[in-house]
Amino acid sequence: MSTPEFPRIEASVVVAKPALAQILKNLQGAGFTLVGPTRRDDAIQLEEISGVEDLPRGWTEEYGAGYYRLKKISDTVYFAYGPGPHSWKRFLYPSHQKLLTVKRNDGKWTFEPVEDRVPRYAFIGMRSCDVSAIGVLDRVFLGGDFRDPHYARRRASMFILTVWCTHAATTCFCASMKAGPQVQTGFDLAFTEMPDKFLVRVGSEVGAEMLAGTDWVPASAYILGQARKAHQQSEKEQKRQIRTDGLPKTLYDNLEHPRWEQVGRRCLSCGNCTLACPTCFCSTVEDTSNLNASECERTRVWDSCFTLDFSHVNGGNTRPATRARYRQWLTHKLASWIDQFGVSGCVGCGRCITWCPVGIDITEEAGALMEKPATSGAEGAAR
Amino acid sequence: MSVTQTENGPQAVLDPMLPRTAVIREIQRETENVSTFWLELEDAEAAAAYRFQPGQFNMLYLPGFGEVAISISSDVAEPRLIGHTIRSAGSVTRGIARLQAGDKLGLRGPFGNPWPMEEVRGKSLLIVAGGIGLPPLRPVLMSILRNRSDYGRVLLLYGARKPGELLYTGEYQRWRGGQIESHITVDRADESWTGQVGVVPQLFYRIRLEHENTFVFICGPEIMMRFVIYEALARRIAKDAIFLSLERNMKCGIGLCGHCQFGPVFVCKQGPVLNYAAVEPFFGKEEF
Repeated sequence: MSTPEFPRIEASVVVAKPALAQILKNLQGAGFTLVGPTRRDDAIQLEEISGVEDLPRGWTEEYGAGYYRLKKISDTVYFAYGPGPHSWKRFLYPSHQKLLTVKRNDGKWTFEPVEDRVPRYAFIGMRSCDVSAIGVLDRVFLGGDFRDPHYARRRASMFILTVWCTHAATTCFCASMKAGPQVQTGFDLAFTEMPDKFLVRVGSEVGAEMLAGTDWVPASAYILGQARKAHQQSEKEQKRQIRTDGLPKTLYDNLEHPRWEQVGRRCLSCGNCTLACPTCFCSTVEDTSNLNASECERTRVWDSCFTLDFSHVNGGNTRPATRARYRQWLTHKLASWIDQFGVSGCVGCGRCITWCPVGIDITEEAGALMEKPATSGAEGAAR
Repeated sequence: MSVTQTENGPQAVLDPMLPRTAVIREIQRETENVSTFWLELEDAEAAAAYRFQPGQFNMLYLPGFGEVAISISSDVAEPRLIGHTIRSAGSVTRGIARLQAGDKLGLRGPFGNPWPMEEVRGKSLLIVAGGIGLPPLRPVLMSILRNRSDYGRVLLLYGARKPGELLYTGEYQRWRGGQIESHITVDRADESWTGQVGVVPQLFYRIRLEHENTFVFICGPEIMMRFVIYEALARRIAKDAIFLSLERNMKCGIGLCGHCQFGPVFVCKQGPVLNYAAVEPFFGKEEF
């Protein structure tokens, strides 16, 4: 036989749809814990799954500002969903992470680090925006002087089966953030779902090996052309966008723009956007102890810049007004994040739009400032 | 998601959130609710190896209460005993205030960007502090006193709300004796007070400054720092010769928790000592 056992890296191959089950079995056989989308509580959520039967086959979602509904479509489609209420960060950066245990016996203190058993996750069906988001989190947790050992451990052993988009949700704007809809790196396998088959791009050696037993064949030029059209379609369908050229400067120059006041009146300061966001990384640390404090645990918990406590110092809070907290979030995402980590904190997944209970739209807010930046008069009022 | 203990050996990655045990060697009462806690790392080797620079801080941990970022207020030349001048204010510092010599604390650090002592060598320096803003500047004063001839003219402007809230009152004589021109003021005097009355920026009207080759180090409430900067700029001191130490909520001290952000800056990492020229666009912006 002239066909090699596995395709080479960067090869594009075609597999029949039932091959997906085999690939997932291969992953499990290799010791991976599968995590993927599954239908629960009228939403497509990310959970540990046991196989292909748990995927939300035949379901898609309708999105809007503060709007989300499931919708039934053709049963032959496995990956018709977009960015749901969960982001994948909760598997790499859990909402509750025990940091250490303190024991105090007879005046002797010991600080015991946490060495949790970390599953080897295989993420099934991750969209490009979320692959980009992991790239962003890598810079946050691993790129500085201090690395987060908990993230590092989880990150080191993961497998990503990404699915390149062929349609866009109405809340999507990854194209304008250059974070999708088909990122070319950061995955082990990249699927494109066609009506009767999957086109698979191989991103790593492990990815290639997981195609064992699938009867893969090299992709023909015709299929690659069809896929390219579908990919372009998903980009063209994106109605929302953020203009990123000069955006950080515009935001910094407009910290006293009246728009902040307007959005501050709508914002409930609930923090939903920060929890749904695939890159928001702020955390606090909680102490729990037994009654005589001889044993204490320190746990890192997701926090949100929308809470009042977030900026508390003795004597008050840095940002008591909702206006200031929304401004902090948006300017961090779209401006200061770039100063801090060399990349925008927004990947255009649109989750913050969907899950905002009052439908505040980040693209609209950024757009308003880009279209009508304050004149010198407002800058003069800054003091 | 289950998080379970394993019987693995020591972690490959050094965990930056893991404190070390420190012993309180001495507690020095400074005012009614401010005391200096002298800490020494329990591990003799770690205690001998501990070094810090003026303006840096430690995260002090009281089990069951939490951590708090406290500037180091002692002499960098004697780093084994680490001084922390702490005002009893929040739950953690109130808990610390109840401790006695011999008690322990968790300590992580030192963290943060220090005062630029190298840059001011051979130059004049104006040190301005308000209230509990003096402790982060005390290591600067001590370093200058040790090597007084390395610096030009050195002035200290310091103020507190009341005479009873002035810190380190026993040391002013030594500072003045070491040619640090010290001007002390209080917002409100009482019958014991015979010195200056008024807020710290007003002390600028009692001194004359050369605008060239003069650096300014400031630490205090933000409103005070704003007016001190205003007075310094009015005397033609360059923006990039002004440094300030900021206070923000901090949970980690290592740039990962996000709490201390000030625009592009993580106050725990690029700060707490920041150059005014770098933060000017944000400084004084309401609730930023």
